[in-house]
Amino acid sequence: MEQFYAIAITIIAASTPLLIAALGELVVERSGVLNLGVEGMMIMGAVCGFGAAYVSGNPYVGLLASIFGGIAMSILFGFLTLTLLANQVATGLAITLLGIGLSALIGESFVGQPIQRLPNFHGINILIVFSFVLTALVSWFLFRTRTGLMIRAVGDSHVSAHAMGFPVVGLRYACVAFGGACAGLAGGYLSVADTPQWVENMTAGRGWIALALVVFSTWLPKRLVFGAYLFGTISILSFTVQTMALGIPSQLLSCTPYLVTVAALVVISRNRQLLRANTPACLGQPFLADR
Amino acid sequence: MMKKLLISAGALALALGMATSAHADGKLKACWVYLGAIGDMGWTYQHNVGVEQVKKELGDKVETVVVENVPEADAAGPIERLARDGCNIIFTTSFGYMEPTLQVAAKYPKVMFEHATGFKTAPNVTTYNAKFYQARYVEGVIAAKMSKTGTAGYIVSFPIPEVVMGINSFMLGAQSVNPNFKVKIIWANTWFDPGKEGDAAKVLFSQGADIIVQHTDSAAAITVAEEQKKFGFGQSSDQIKFGPHAQLSAAVDNWGPYYVRRLKELMDGSYKSNMQSWDGMAEGTVAMAPFTNMPDDVKAMAQKTFDDIKSGKLEPFTGPITKQDGSTIGEKGKPLAAGDILGMNFYVKGIDDKLPQ
Repeated sequence: MEQFYAIAITIIAASTPLLIAALGELVVERSGVLNLGVEGMMIMGAVCGFGAAYVSGNPYVGLLASIFGGIAMSILFGFLTLTLLANQVATGLAITLLGIGLSALIGESFVGQPIQRLPNFHGINILIVFSFVLTALVSWFLFRTRTGLMIRAVGDSHVSAHAMGFPVVGLRYACVAFGGACAGLAGGYLSVADTPQWVENMTAGRGWIALALVVFSTWLPKRLVFGAYLFGTISILSFTVQTMALGIPSQLLSCTPYLVTVAALVVISRNRQLLRANTPACLGQPFLADR
Repeated sequence: MMKKLLISAGALALALGMATSAHADGKLKACWVYLGAIGDMGWTYQHNVGVEQVKKELGDKVETVVVENVPEADAAGPIERLARDGCNIIFTTSFGYMEPTLQVAAKYPKVMFEHATGFKTAPNVTTYNAKFYQARYVEGVIAAKMSKTGTAGYIVSFPIPEVVMGINSFMLGAQSVNPNFKVKIIWANTWFDPGKEGDAAKVLFSQGADIIVQHTDSAAAITVAEEQKKFGFGQSSDQIKFGPHAQLSAAVDNWGPYYVRRLKELMDGSYKSNMQSWDGMAEGTVAMAPFTNMPDDVKAMAQKTFDDIKSGKLEPFTGPITKQDGSTIGEKGKPLAAGDILGMNFYVKGIDDKLPQ
């Protein structure tokens, strides 16, 4: 029982940052913006969170700072793509590269320093609880509120939404900032709560997994929980299987989370209707107001 | 035609002039190529600690240049650039730099090259490595003494000889105390991913291990050990800050003495190239962090093991060594040949894992 609990906690801890970052990106994509900079925003959140926690000695201050770190990067993305109408794919990739480099620069003096980690109760910390609250909130907000409807309308047809008098660019800015906040917080989770230390490139590709999970979930928050936990569970179980020394190649086990996620993606994509109903039709397209 | 020749001659003279100008102020230019960033707190960081020692000890007699984040696949360009820029000696600090180093070295016979952890030399290429497995043996002794469950968890990166000899040495050390000692192994298939390393540590602890050993680069595992009130060993550098109550010791890569020695040799003319250098505890290249969080008798035993290896009285790989499949290697009472250790591709008896081939 104790062993089961320990494994379960490990799975939850591994899945939480994916879920938080992906929830943010889901809202961004629902508004029709494709921000591939999740990894960059996440690593900036990690370094800002760690730095603030280190300087202040308070992990909660660190989490707050990680949110702002992510927002700062996302606003830069928003300015380039929404105001200057730069290509979203290229800009997102640039944000990721910038984030990795900039975070290394900022974090130089934090390397090898310990901080006080975010407190937890038998392995459950406040962010784990928050990730579920956030899922419910995002789901409710997108599908049960007027603003949520507006966001989805903007994502499906920004021209119609504009004609209806919706502030397309303003809404998109808000969504992009929310995405940045979530990615930043996910980064802060890694550097302040999960493995309390700063090392360069510590997000190690989790931002990209979060991005993939959004598509996996067909832009539905509840499915996102399923996707994030599927990925987290298989990652951890592949380790557990290794300790049993069954002789299964570890390389194969290491790639099972990806294989299973791709397989699930294929199965879901077979339901064309569902996919069409939920894919934001304007995803990645620039919007010029006076067209 | 004549004009062309003159121009070439002029260009040549200019090039020669530039080449010698590097020596004009009598300074030796030593250059390093790093795979990672100095901030990785592991492999690259420790090489840079060595460079810092060079700066401290040799001061203004040596000009140092370091290049970080050089991918193994594109290393030839940056290495050649350093050779062209007047470096007298270039240290390339990752296994994957082997071919690019040899390739550039062939073009610049006057420049000395030193390649870390490789096995191919040339007239101006020396390889250097350290017997990190020696420290693993000491860790094995400590682990077997300290473990209540008789099981250690071992997080590893890739099945290369360097890693395999570490696991074996650790187990031989542990078995010297407790013949039934067990180890659970997780291949993370990465050198560096703090989240993944931390997860692996959590899984190992949940599977009954109460001591964690790692051959990956971050301090994540030791932070997990600290939180779960278990024990562990730091890797590459002293990680006591991350596990003040958890770290028992740490294997520390200490390249400084080697770098200082080689540069001094280069300056006074006693430098020899085309060698394979493999230093260990005796030369100070393999060091260990203080033995902490353990009772005095364990500490004394660890210290004795360390001293014996350092003095050469004890060699972790002394024959005959029984392999996992029951066959043996090595002659009785004699250390294993260097080649057998450097190419190690088998587990010793007592390891339940199956070695990925």
